[in-house]
Amino acid sequence: MEEQNLIPHLFRTEYRKIISVLCRHFGFEQMETAEDIASDTFLAAAQTWGIEGPPKNPVAWLYHVAKNKARNLLQRDQVFRLKVTPAVKADQAAGAPGSSGHPIDAEIDLSPTSIQDSQLQMMFAICTPLLPAESQVGLSLRILCGFGIEEIAAAFLTNRETINKRLFRAKEKLREAGIRIEMPPASELDHRLPAVLTTIYLLFNEGYYSESSDDVLRKDLCIEAIRLCHMLADNPATNTPAVDALLALMCFHASRFDARIDRHGDIILYADQDTSRWNTDLIAKGIDYLHRAARGDTLTKYHLEAGIAYWSTQKEDTAEKWEQTLQYYNLLLQLEYSPIAALNRTYALAKARSVQEAIVQAEKLQLTDNPFYFALLGELYTDIDKNKAIGHFSQAMALARTSADRQLMQKKHARLG
Amino acid sequence: MLIFRHEDGAKVASPEQLQTWMKQTMDWVGGIAAQNKLVGKNGLLFDDAHVVRHKGVVTNGPFGEIKETIGGYIIVKAESVEEAIAFAKGSPVLQGEWNTVEVRKVYKR
Repeated sequence: MEEQNLIPHLFRTEYRKIISVLCRHFGFEQMETAEDIASDTFLAAAQTWGIEGPPKNPVAWLYHVAKNKARNLLQRDQVFRLKVTPAVKADQAAGAPGSSGHPIDAEIDLSPTSIQDSQLQMMFAICTPLLPAESQVGLSLRILCGFGIEEIAAAFLTNRETINKRLFRAKEKLREAGIRIEMPPASELDHRLPAVLTTIYLLFNEGYYSESSDDVLRKDLCIEAIRLCHMLADNPATNTPAVDALLALMCFHASRFDARIDRHGDIILYADQDTSRWNTDLIAKGIDYLHRAARGDTLTKYHLEAGIAYWSTQKEDTAEKWEQTLQYYNLLLQLEYSPIAALNRTYALAKARSVQEAIVQAEKLQLTDNPFYFALLGELYTDIDKNKAIGHFSQAMALARTSADRQLMQKKHARLG
Repeated sequence: MLIFRHEDGAKVASPEQLQTWMKQTMDWVGGIAAQNKLVGKNGLLFDDAHVVRHKGVVTNGPFGEIKETIGGYIIVKAESVEEAIAFAKGSPVLQGEWNTVEVRKVYKR
């Protein structure tokens, strides 16, 4: 590793571990303290290593310094609590006893097990319905993925200030609600896990569909989402079929990451993608996880979406592909309606049954403020009534909310000449 | 609520025919769900059906005297009775000559 890249690299891989362990130790009440210690540790590394060169084992060095900083702080805290606070309190009327604080001998434990546990616990703490989704994703990026404020701002297409405020408010909420950094009891896992999976999926989608032009950053978000999901899959307590299904789904999607964007950062339509650029390793992994997900009797939306995503990795149009895709969408819509699933289902219907039948159904959807509704109609009319198709694509372009979407519609429009 | 009355399909049709009906039903329900108008649904099993009568008399069901038993239901969101009837008309259940779909308003949900 190049020396100038060493610290940024370690920041990415180690900051999140240190911060999770420290946060678990200090609790959300003193989360800023934990963040300060973690940041100071890297600052110290930059200063010391800049002069003396990096140590033999940089990770151990970081852990050692973080532990010392935490211990010093706890010691000062203890002095304050044992000597100063009682002296102050003696002047006042006897009130409620102060908080119990942290025992000074509690060693900051940066062993692999403790790191794993801390990160999992932190995941459950952050993914609480108390926080708006964007705050959950933001905090996850900061604490679980070690992203800088700048990077988070870039991912959300906003500025540092907005992200800082958002994270500040989120932390305040966690404090006020007294959220504890711990694993939910096994009996509660079933209803806590979905929120965690939702956040992971959002994080993935943030990367996959983000408008951000920073390709590396967007890919990183996807990789991080997969990593977090892996942590759940690797832990016997949290390894449910839904976790495997979500992993499968993300692997299938991620397999096309490189193939769907050209050198200029423009989207390449599915039909035009060079399948040799699809990542076959990820597809194989996805299939593996999908098999593992097929146990027990729970059928989650992740199972269905993974099933659909699997068939997208098979480019050849076969009767089976579209029949299965259609049936997965039929089930998915019964579990949870979404406009995009309704539109995709109708496309699958055209492929599995007939375009005519799909047009009848499409026109019943009446999603007239949705650009993809008109894109679908344009697609369906392409071989039936070219003028109608062009009209629909124009409408889709007019409604497009992002430049990437507009570009996509434009391509389809242009193709009809 | 759309209530289906029909014979036990397993008794009158081949597995292939059942499979086709299943797909058609899935497409029909999927079409309603795609309009975000599906509230709920369930199918009822024909096995182990019983009828409990006045004074606790229990007979093996279903219901010797009528051919059409309740096989399932779906609940849809419809603006009008007409819309609900239009949904019902699409039901693959109606391919059976004696089968019916009963359309009822739900009192309260």
